[in-house]
Parts: sequence; C-alpha cells; structure tokens
Amino acid sequence: MPVYLDHNATTQLDPRVLDAMLPYLQGPYGNASSLHRYGRAARDAIEAARAQVAALVGAEFAHVLWTSGGTESNNLALKGVAAAAATTSRILYGATEHPAVMEAAEALRASGWGVETVAVDAQGLIDWTAFARQLAAGPVRMVSLMRANNETGVIQDLPRAAAQVHAAGAWLHVDAVQAAGKIPVDFVALGADLMSLSSHKIYGPKGVGALIYTAEVDIEPLHHGGAQERGLRGGTENVASIVGFGVAAELALQELDARAQHVVRLRDQLSQGLRALRGIRIFGEDAERLPNTLQFALSGYDGEALLMQLDRKGFAVSSGSACASGKGEPSHVLLGMGIGREVAKGAIRVSLGKDNTAAEVDRFVEALKPFAGQRAA
Amino acid sequence: MIYLDHAATTPLDPQVREAMLPWLGSEDGYGNPASEHALGLSARRAVEQARAQVAALIGAAAEEVVWTSGATESNNLAIKGALEFRGQTRAHIVTSRIEHKAVLDTCRYLETRGARVSYLNPDADGRVSGQAVLDALQPDTVLVSLMWVNNETGVINPVEALAPQLRARGILFHVDAVQAAGRLPIDLAQLPIDLLSLSAHKCYGPKGAGALFVRKRPRARLAPQLHGGGHEQGMRSGTLATHQLVGMGEACRLAQALLPAEAERLRELRDRLWARLSELPRIHRNGGAEHTVAALLNVSFEGAEGESLRAMLPSLAVSSGSACSSATREPSYVLRALGRSDELAGSSLRFSLGRSTRVEQIDAAADQVMAAVRFLRELSPDWVPA
Repeated sequence: MPVYLDHNATTQLDPRVLDAMLPYLQGPYGNASSLHRYGRAARDAIEAARAQVAALVGAEFAHVLWTSGGTESNNLALKGVAAAAATTSRILYGATEHPAVMEAAEALRASGWGVETVAVDAQGLIDWTAFARQLAAGPVRMVSLMRANNETGVIQDLPRAAAQVHAAGAWLHVDAVQAAGKIPVDFVALGADLMSLSSHKIYGPKGVGALIYTAEVDIEPLHHGGAQERGLRGGTENVASIVGFGVAAELALQELDARAQHVVRLRDQLSQGLRALRGIRIFGEDAERLPNTLQFALSGYDGEALLMQLDRKGFAVSSGSACASGKGEPSHVLLGMGIGREVAKGAIRVSLGKDNTAAEVDRFVEALKPFAGQRAA
Repeated sequence: MIYLDHAATTPLDPQVREAMLPWLGSEDGYGNPASEHALGLSARRAVEQARAQVAALIGAAAEEVVWTSGATESNNLAIKGALEFRGQTRAHIVTSRIEHKAVLDTCRYLETRGARVSYLNPDADGRVSGQAVLDALQPDTVLVSLMWVNNETGVINPVEALAPQLRARGILFHVDAVQAAGRLPIDLAQLPIDLLSLSAHKCYGPKGAGALFVRKRPRARLAPQLHGGGHEQGMRSGTLATHQLVGMGEACRLAQALLPAEAERLRELRDRLWARLSELPRIHRNGGAEHTVAALLNVSFEGAEGESLRAMLPSLAVSSGSACSSATREPSYVLRALGRSDELAGSSLRFSLGRSTRVEQIDAAADQVMAAVRFLRELSPDWVPA
C-alpha cells in the first residue's frame, strides 16, 4: 500500500460510513419520491442525513440541498444566483479559488455579468484595501471566497469579509469543501449566505455534496426537472451516498478536535523535516492554515516529475489540485500569490489524514532527501 | 411486499454491488480518478472500463460517453448545452407533452430565456408520430428532444424512423433513453441520434449515476453546465465517483447480456397480468398494446380513485404516474395528453415489472388489485354497474 498523503484530493471511505451505506445498496430500494413503503424509507434516511450535515456546519436542517459534489454546489451557487437575479451586475471571486468557482464565475461573462477576482497577498490572504475598493466601485451581487485553500491550506478571515460583503449589499458564497471536517466551520458565524460542501473530502463517498443556503437567497436550479429538493435540484436522490455523507459529517464533527490535533502534530513534524533539506520553500507558511496541509517546492524540481518519482517510491502526493493535475500548468493559486512560474511549477502538496502515522511522515522526508541533495540549482 | 415499480427505480443487482464494493471499502480503491499517482491511475482505469461497458450497451464508442450524476443532469446538459453552445437561446425546440419532467422543466426554463418550444401531443395510443415531429419543424429549429420509451405507459416512440430524417435536415436529435436502455436493443452505430440520456438506477445500477452519449462524428457540440477542472473532455467537471460509475458499467454489461431473454419473460408476465385484470369490466389500458416495452402496464380503473386504490394495496409497490410527479399528487399529465379525463387519469396504476418479478407475484398482484377495485366500486355512490 502506498503512503497516502493526498487527503485534499480525496479520502478513503471510513469503514463506519460504509457500514451505514451498505443497507441502502442491498435492502430497501425505494425511489425517495415514491409514495409506497420503500419510497418512504428512502425519504426518512435522506432527511436524517440532512440533519447530520446541517449539524456539521451549524446550519438549519431545511437549508441543506443535496448535490452531486462540490463542483455542482459551486456551480449552483454562482450560476443559480446569477440566473435568478433580475439584472446583471458584478460577481467577485478570490484569486485562489478552486477551478469550479473560477470557471463557473468566468462562464457568467457570456450572460453579461462583470466578473472580477479578489487579489491576495504573498501569503494567499485577501488584499483588504483592494477588496474594499472593489466593493465600493459599483453594485455587486455575490462574492465567492473559500474558507480554506485546497493547495496551501491558507484560511481566509471570512467574518471580516462577510461584514464588508453584506455592507455592499451582496451575498457571500463560501467554498468550505476543504475546511469542513478539518477546522470548525459555522455557517452563521462566518456570515455565509451560501456554502459548498463535499462528502469525499471528509471520509464519505464520492459523488455527493451539499449546498447550504439561507432563505433570503434566490436560486435558479441547474438541474431542472422534478420537485426534489424543493424544486431547486431535480433528479432521483442518491440515497446510499447521501446516507454515507450524513454519517461522515457526524463523525467529522465528533472527531474534529482529535483529527486536527493528530494531523497538526504530523504536519509540524513534516515541516521540521523539510526545513532540514536544502532548497525547500513552504507556501503560505506565515498565514493561518489547515492543520493537515503543507505545500512546498524543492528548488530545481518540476512538481509533476517529482510527484512521479515519489509515486514510484510509494508516496501519493499531488502537485496542486487533482482537478488541475496533468495539465503541466503552474498552480494558479501560487501565481495569484505572486510566486514566480518557475518556483510554482515545483510545487508539491502534502495533505495529511486521520490515518497517517509519524512513521509515514519520517519515511516521506527520508524519501525526499536524495532529491534535495542532487538539486540542480 | 410485491415490488412492481421498476420504472421508478430498480434494486441494485447483487453482481453490480459486488463490482462496486472494491471501490468503496478496499485499501486501494479510493483514489481520485483525476490524481496522477498510482491510486488515481487505478481508479481512472476502472472508470474507463465502465465507460466502455456503457458504450457497448448502446453501440457507441467509449469516448462518446460523458458521465453525469443521473438522467436529469444528462437531459439538462443535452438540451441547455446544445442551445448555449450555439449561442441560440432564442431558437426553436420540438419536444412532446409526454416527456419526463427533466426535459419539460428544462424546456420551460429555456422559454423564459427566449426559446420557443413546440410540445407535441401523442396520438390516442400514446405515441408521438414521426410526421408530427417533421410537421412541427421551423426554419430555426435546432433541436428535437423525444423520449424513446415513455416512463408511464411504456409506449415506444418512433425514434428509429425519425433519426435519419432529422439528420438529413441537419437538426440535432436528443433522445431520453432512460426507460429504453436494457429494455430494447440500441445501436447508435447504425442510428443517427446525436445525444442520448441514460440512467444507472433504472437498470439495476446505483442511484446518482448517469451518462450522456455525445456523438463524435458528426460531432455534437455542447456548452458545459458544470464548470471547473475540465473533466469529461470539458463537458462535465467534478470528481468522478468511481464506485458509482463502475456500478453503472457493470449494470449495462448485465443488461446487455440478459436483454432478449428477459424481455421475452417480462412480456409473458405482463400479458398475463393484463389478461387477469381484464376480468374486471370497464378498465382501460393506457398506451396502445402494439408499441410498448415488455415491462410496463398502465391501467385506468373506472370507479376506483387512484389514491384510495393504492391505500388499499399496502403490500403492493406500484405507482400512479411517475415517482417524480407523484409527490404533487396531480393526475398524470402523460395520461391527460393521451386524452384521458382527469378522472380516468386519476384512477390509474402503473405496473412496472423487473428482474425479480415472478409469476406468483403477478397472480397475487392481480388478485389484490381486482379485490380492491371491486370493493371501491361497491362503496362509490357514483358507480353504476353496467
């Protein structure tokens, strides 16, 4: 088995989650919209999961909408709000957002929206002066900011952003896909109006996510058809996966502190080990970061090539986000932080999980040593 | 419980479940198929094998299969994507009144954005005629969307005859084949359909998985509806749910292997059910007997209101209308489009048979339904025996 250090890409299904899902993969096979007994059993299971996911982020049960994952949640938040708006204005998103937010926002240009990025500083944190100027420059419908970055782990000060966004009469969409389950996430305290969540980043199944929204927000569905999810998202519910997401959310909440303490110890150990190597640069190091994430570059190395070498040695890491991998492009997150293309191309992301061990981290640092020794620079 | 609601959803086939489990529970089955390391690559290989299995069921090439979260998303992507790609949101679309909500609601949404839509009526047998489609075409018609098999009546629309006609006119043809796949042979190598929607959970696969066939030659072009990351050749972003797609692939492989024999078996059972129910006077079969798939039977019972009827059949899982509109409890718009009165449409039951259906269940279901109908008719002050 490889040493898996890529938990921000996806996580292994928790056996307790699988146990909860299994009955729905073999037992009552209702369509949750059917009125017969099997259909009602499916409906009950879905509503129980809704309460579990709501609890993870302190949201109201009725404000959780099921989706097929974080990408759909982000698309629904941006395009759904834009399509429901009476007039077009501007939509802002952070320069280091996930491609699902970036590209969904950019697609809105075609329908007449002004789309702008919110600049970040060298640590990946919002440039507050520029942000205030942007908000004051004219009407804004929505601002989309992530709670924590998927590559660097850098955490944004969203309560501060929310106050400004709301003062400007706009809504705040929070991509909390990476933050949920790793740090406390409170929908209300953050000042969010919409929030995206994904199951497979918190040891739940792939193919299910949620969009949390307040009653004030108007949303036009992306998937028209059927009255599911209050008419906001048509399609037969994916019962087993929804049940799995619910249990994963419940476990994430129960074990949040323990998991965070465990991975932050490993991350500090990793950080120490890396600093002993020549030519190491850690990104966003001075900012508050997710306890499990560390992105670094080894000078003289291309991230993709190093990833392949590490893979052969039995370590699964990533050179950025899985969604952008394989494209040979330097990370837009690092470029957005003002880091040069050459350095950015060398980036390796390590994202730890609840089942990693100190011995694995030691082996990883050992495995890196030869590369640090023979660097070109 | 006798489950005769396979058109709403089907049980996961045990073989499908076995195929999915390694991608849920095993030590090395959880990679993100978009990741570049070994765990990612093995997930990617599994997803691609599943893609080939889905393609094989419909006579397509693997690269013509785009994964989605289900048929609702497939239908939305096909219709909105086709119009948006052309930048012709004001163009004309032809569809029918008996389509699934996912098509109808998408068309209605596009109307709010300036599109014009012709909703065709079926004939008394529940079929949309090919000629009616051709007659409805206008100079700026860009898309025809027609379901292959209706989900409430089982009626088969003449999509095979229509496809070459639309191709000759250069009009995109989208077919919702959710109820057709696994119930009828489909060969897109021979049939010039441009876009075709599929769902896993209607053919013994998992819920939350679907696909859209997007033809390569000539190439059907779509604007993506889910942006971010550029998965699925840029047409549909989002982390692929390996277990779900592996399940859909295996379900399609099984459906292909079982298809001819299973269709024959279900046809006999369906005909037996109809023969038994026909002992009751004044019942009406919805949808002509000639062009229907083997698995479905839709019947209206005069003098027996649908809700009361279902309430009297607690151990029989059947539906009146599709599951998607059953929550609204309105008489089926499909049956009304066939010309049924609200009353007859409201007194209908849909029996949809499947792999687990046995002859004893059919006989028991017929007995229960007939007893319930007779009872309700006796109670009904309006019921006048003929």
